[in-house]
Amino acid sequence: MNPRLTIATAGRVLSQLRRDPRTIALVLVMPCVLLWLFKEVFSAEPTVFQQLAPALLATFPLMIMFLVTSVAMVRERSGGTLERLLTTPLGKGDLMLGYGIAFGALALVQALAASGVALLLLGLDQPASVPVLLLIAVADAVLGTALGLGVSALAASEFQAVQFMPAVILPQFLLSGLITPTSSMAGWLDAVSHVMPLRYAVDGMSRLAHVATVSATVWWDLGVIAGCAVLALIVGSTTLRRTTA
Amino acid sequence: MAAIDIDQLVVRRRGNTVLDRIDLAVREGSVTALLGPSGSGKTTLLRVLVGAQRTTSGTAHVLGRPAGHAVLRGEIGYTTQVASVYPDLTALENVRYHATLHGAGRAAALAALAKVDLADYADRLVRALSGGQVNRVSLACALVGRPRLLLLDEPTVGLDPVLRRDLWALFRAEASDNGTTLVVSSHVLDEAAHCDRLLLLRDGRLIADDTPAGLLRATAAADLDDAFLTLVTTQEVPA
Repeated sequence: MNPRLTIATAGRVLSQLRRDPRTIALVLVMPCVLLWLFKEVFSAEPTVFQQLAPALLATFPLMIMFLVTSVAMVRERSGGTLERLLTTPLGKGDLMLGYGIAFGALALVQALAASGVALLLLGLDQPASVPVLLLIAVADAVLGTALGLGVSALAASEFQAVQFMPAVILPQFLLSGLITPTSSMAGWLDAVSHVMPLRYAVDGMSRLAHVATVSATVWWDLGVIAGCAVLALIVGSTTLRRTTA
Repeated sequence: MAAIDIDQLVVRRRGNTVLDRIDLAVREGSVTALLGPSGSGKTTLLRVLVGAQRTTSGTAHVLGRPAGHAVLRGEIGYTTQVASVYPDLTALENVRYHATLHGAGRAAALAALAKVDLADYADRLVRALSGGQVNRVSLACALVGRPRLLLLDEPTVGLDPVLRRDLWALFRAEASDNGTTLVVSSHVLDEAAHCDRLLLLRDGRLIADDTPAGLLRATAAADLDDAFLTLVTTQEVPA
C-alpha cells in the first residue's frame, strides 16, 4: 500500500461524486427530511422522537453509504476500470481505503447536516458529546462502504446491488434494538443481534443521547464499529481478484 | 532480451480451449500486430500478459519476469477493448489519476493527451466525448506512465482512416523514440502492414508469425488479405 495512491483514489472518487450533485443532495437532504417527518408523525408523543432519533442517526450512514458504494463498485467491475486498475501499481488496500476515505468524508458532511437539523431545528436533546456522535456516524459510514464494496462482488449488475440493500441492512435494523429492545427478543435473536454491527451504532448513539457523560460502553461501541469496518474492508479486498478465469 | 516469451501456453475456460499451445517471442522495441477474427483469443492472450488471465499450462514471461509479477504492473500500459475510463471525470482527470498511479504528474498527463491529439479536450467530461475520443483517453492513460511494454486491445476500432494512420504513426514513434515494445490487436487486416511482425490467431491457435513481407512471400499472395485467406484455407485441412 502507498498513501499517495490511496489519497489519489479517494480524490478521484470524490471528483466523480462532485459531478453528481443530485446524489449529493439526496444523501444530505433525505436524512434531514426523514428526521423531520419522524418528529411530525410522533408529534403527540415527543418522547418517542427523543428516544429514537439518535438510533436513526446511526442507521442513515450505514444504509446510504452501503447503497452508494455497492453501486459505484459494481460500475468499476462491469466497466472494466477495476480490471485495468489491478494491472497498475495500485494496491487493493489503496483502492478499498480510497473508497472508505471518500465516502467517509461524505458521511461526515451528512452526519453534520442530519445531527445539526435534529439538534438545532427539531429540538433533539443535546447529546453527551457531538464529536463522538459524529465519530460514530463516520465509522458507521465506513462500515457501510466496506460492506457495499464486499457485496458488489456478489452483484452482477447495479440492479442486483440495490436488491442487496434490504438483505444486508433490514435484518440489522430489526435486530438493532431500535424497534424493540434486544433483551425482550428470543434468546437466539438477542445472540444474533450481538454480531450485527448496527446494534452497536444504535446503542452508542442512544447512550450519548440519554446519558450525560461519554461512558466506557460508548467507546466500546465505537471500537466494535471501527473494528467491523476494518474487518469488512479486509474481507472486501479479498473479493478483488487480479487474476480471473 | 525478449520483451515477451511464451512457451506452450494453454488456456482453457469452461472446457473450451481458448489458447492452444502458443509459442511466441517478441523482440524489445518492436511493433507487433496481433490479428485474428473476433473470438480467436486475442484478448485472452493480452490478458495473460498483464496477469489478469488464469492459465492452464505453459509459461508466459514478460520483460524477463513471469506474467503478472508485481514489478511488471509499473512497466506495462494496457488498454482494454471497451475503453475503461471514468465517464464522469474529465479527460485530464482520468489521465492524471493514471499518471499518479505511475508516479508521474500533471505535465506528463497533458503530454499524453497531446500525443493522442486531445489537448483541446482536456477539460471535457469523458461522457461528453465521442466513442473514438474516449478510446484515445483510454490510450493516453496507458501512455502516461511511459511503460516499457504497451498492450493495446483493438485501439483503432471504429476510428476514421486519418485517425487510424495517426495512431499507427504514434505507435511507431513510441517504439523508435522510447524503445517501447508494442503489441496491438486488431481484426482489420490491412493494419498489419504497419508492423514489424504479425501474429495471426485463429480458434486459439497461432497460425502465422512472420513479417508482412515474409508472409506475402510464403503464401505467394498479392496482398495481406489474400495471404490470410490462403493461410486460413490451408489450416482447415486437418493437421
